Amino acid sequence: MADPAAVIEVAASHWVDSAMTLERLDWAAQRSAVEQPQSTAEAEARRALHLCNVCGYCNGLCPVFDAAKRRPLLVAGDLDQLANLCHHCRSCLYACQYAPPHPFALNVPRALARTRADSYARHAWPQPLARLFANPHRAALLASLVTTLPLLMLVLISVPVDQVWAVHRGPGAFYQVLPWGWMVLLAGLSLGWSLLALGLGVGRFWRASAGVRASAGTDEHVLLPQRRRLAALKTALSEMLALSHLQGGGAGCADLDATPSRWRRRWHHALFYGFLLSFAATIAATLYHHLLGRLAPYPFCSAPVLLGSVGGLLMLIGVMGLGWMGARADPQPNTPETQNANQALLWLLGAVALSGLLLLLWRETAAMALLLIWHLGLVLALFLLLPYSKLVHAPYRLAALWRDALERQQRG
Amino acid sequence: MPQPDVPQPDVLVVGGGAAALCAAITAGRAGASVQLLERAPAGERGGNSRHSRNFRYVHEGPSPFSAGPYPETEFRSDLARVAGSDQDPALLRLLIERSTDLPNWLLGAGAQLQPVAGGGLPRSRKTAFLLGGGKTMLNALYATAERLGVDIRYSASVESLILDNGAVQAVHFGEQGGQRVHPKATILCSGGAQADRAWLRTHGGAGADGFINRGTPHATSSVLRSLLSQGVAAVGDPTTAYLVAVDARSPADDGGIVTRVRSMHAGIVVDRHGQRHYDERADTASTRYSAWGQRLADFPGQIGYLILDRQGLQVEVPSFYPPISAPRIADLAQQFGIPAAALEQALDRYNAAVRPFEPPFFAYPMRPGITFTYHGVAVDASLRVRHQTYGPIDNLFAAGMLMAPNLLSRGYLSGLALMIGLATGRAAGEGAVRNAICGV
Ligand SMILES: Cc1cc2nc3c(=O)[nH]c(=O)nc-3n(C[C@H](O)[C@H](O)[C@H](O)COP(=O)(O)OP(=O)(O)OC[C@H]3O[C@@H](n4cnc5c(N)ncnc54)[C@H](O)[C@@H]3O)c2cc1C
Ligand code: SF4
Ligand code: SF4
Repeated sequence: MADPAAVIEVAASHWVDSAMTLERLDWAAQRSAVEQPQSTAEAEARRALHLCNVCGYCNGLCPVFDAAKRRPLLVAGDLDQLANLCHHCRSCLYACQYAPPHPFALNVPRALARTRADSYARHAWPQPLARLFANPHRAALLASLVTTLPLLMLVLISVPVDQVWAVHRGPGAFYQVLPWGWMVLLAGLSLGWSLLALGLGVGRFWRASAGVRASAGTDEHVLLPQRRRLAALKTALSEMLALSHLQGGGAGCADLDATPSRWRRRWHHALFYGFLLSFAATIAATLYHHLLGRLAPYPFCSAPVLLGSVGGLLMLIGVMGLGWMGARADPQPNTPETQNANQALLWLLGAVALSGLLLLLWRETAAMALLLIWHLGLVLALFLLLPYSKLVHAPYRLAALWRDALERQQRG
Repeated sequence: MPQPDVPQPDVLVVGGGAAALCAAITAGRAGASVQLLERAPAGERGGNSRHSRNFRYVHEGPSPFSAGPYPETEFRSDLARVAGSDQDPALLRLLIERSTDLPNWLLGAGAQLQPVAGGGLPRSRKTAFLLGGGKTMLNALYATAERLGVDIRYSASVESLILDNGAVQAVHFGEQGGQRVHPKATILCSGGAQADRAWLRTHGGAGADGFINRGTPHATSSVLRSLLSQGVAAVGDPTTAYLVAVDARSPADDGGIVTRVRSMHAGIVVDRHGQRHYDERADTASTRYSAWGQRLADFPGQIGYLILDRQGLQVEVPSFYPPISAPRIADLAQQFGIPAAALEQALDRYNAAVRPFEPPFFAYPMRPGITFTYHGVAVDASLRVRHQTYGPIDNLFAAGMLMAPNLLSRGYLSGLALMIGLATGRAAGEGAVRNAICGV
């Protein structure tokens, strides 16, 4: 891919092929193939990015447009890669001279959002569970019930009833409701399974994202020296952590409408780093338990509680900000499917954060046991949905950024 | 006497493209009350400016938005080379001076430029690129104008201006010109008349029906017609236009930047009788696009066909419309209704002289795509519209494509149209405010 002439060569042979298949169509049919919105997500994304490849006006907004130029064939894997490279900043809809009411009715953010959502389901492992993507609200509810109800039963069966409603104080209070071993076992099993499934799914996506190289059976990025692969991974990680490409090329994103704004990026940062802090709280708690031999609940100014409460609050702020934006924003660049997936995930994350904070607040009351079950159940649900919800966007995005960094590196 | 219910803004801006927004923002910032009438509905606002990508500007030193300095002397000689040097020197000076701080002005008005350092741009020393293209710039400028309190009306087409004693008395707009406004000063930024087929036909002959209008369908002739019929001086030649070769399958209007056909030098171009008229390989400079636009306008039926084989197709950067292909040249000829024998003959001659074409064959049908006409209203060095009898009209200014032929009556340089629009829009805004508020 390093040689531009080679790219053109490939592009031209693509034209030869498509021209051959179009040979028998009349002019009107040929026109509508490029001018009219296509019915499948894949065909529409291909039409959109083909138009962008000829136009190129938006290439300062994000890396998708330059990346698309490097993949002029726009085979299915290319589209998956480009769709996951897109951060859905929505800017290119308002920038587009071919957006509605133009008869070409181009809507790049929406076309890519559809393809992206599609790619999550197509690459999911095992495939039967990909159905969970179809109705994200139901999936979230189902997962929460599947985890919370058995937990409740477990506690009701194993702990005397008066114990459940008792006020527990002091070290080990939580474990009087649910033994530590159980918690670790359940969390370990669900997270372990999910990471396995997620890994396999992301692996599939990674292979597809090589595009034509994948169909040719050679992904030369895999053959690069490790040093260069790691350098690209570092770039990708820092771009992901900073959300470098959720900036509309510097001016800000079209969060609500055409007006550039930086709020969605801020809300996302709050949610993401809140999530990380909460996760760090769990790690800290484990260290306290094992290294210091101290049992939860921990005092208010201990590391697990501080990290957890700041994290939980940040998550709530992020959830509310993103939820508010989702409801207020111009719906044009979105699709109902991805909106649903976003919403369902926000509900779940919000519930996890809220239940965690409430547990902290009321841990010395009679409500503790129920709150603990509820919180734990939601956390387990989140773990279980890791490979089958909008949450997959994080590893997919990282993979796409890595692939893009490799391509950029190769080009010089 | 104006009726009390008729609005009387200090400054009226006619149009909604780059020139209009620059004028409205400049006047609004100076404290004038401003009304802006845009013929297009909100979703189609912005004229041809929304199809644009880069603008030319004079800069003596380095700039983050271009690959090196572009001194005034060089701009002058570039312009003289394509358009001659018969421009009003004061007007030319205004263009140059107003262009130098365009990047800063645009940034200050909320628009964004694409820094060269980010890569991904064609190397350009003389022009700066708008981040996200013309439409993104316009979105930002509209937002700024709204914040300044500019009263923006969409679907508000100006149908006529009432001139009296060398001054604008009223402007009629809306359906059949049914609404009226009595501004103190008026700035006309309504662009060219290139979308007006009837207007083109009266000037350029029936051939205009074979043109494809690359930009906005709202570029009509009503403003120009109203002015010329009341004795305003015209500039330029209404029979000439800036044309480029576009795919004949393009929509009649608004196909924008993607419809160009560019690799004539890699194949042969025939008319509908299968005749070749030019050596396709003679010019490879970027001016060849417009050269071919003009040639197609002179072809019978204003249609031509670029024929390529696989090797030639590889030169063509991916095109918006796929090429039409056929295993034999006679089949291609049949698809287009070209006499097969003539086409085969033309190809044989090319094969013998240059290199043998190998099947399969590919073709792009082409038509002239019109960007603007070299025809507008004459202005003086303060951008006041000139009346044949009264001279410059005190309270009537023109900016952008409507007056561009004062500076550019033939030829083209990339980014020049937008440069003229942005620079003259700002200058006209200042002039109009001085006139409306200070009475000069
Ligand atoms: C596809 C394409 C690409 C281009 N790319 C570039 C480029 O990269 N760089 C460059 O310098 N130039 C480019 N140009 C040319 C350039 O965009 C325009 O010439 C320039 O922007 C004109 O600006 P303007 O404001 O004078 O006119 P326009 O932007 O055309 O605006 C005219 C406005 O007036 C309105 N209007 C018309 N009639 C009336 C009426 N009667 N009443 C009220 N309103 C009316 C229209 O709706 C429109 O909003 C391009 C042109 C095209 C077609
Ligand atoms: S989104 Fe529209 S304006 Fe932007 S590159 Fe694509 S076709 Fe061009
Ligand atoms: S929505 Fe934003 S990130 Fe996605 S392609 Fe458009 S500009 Fe790029």
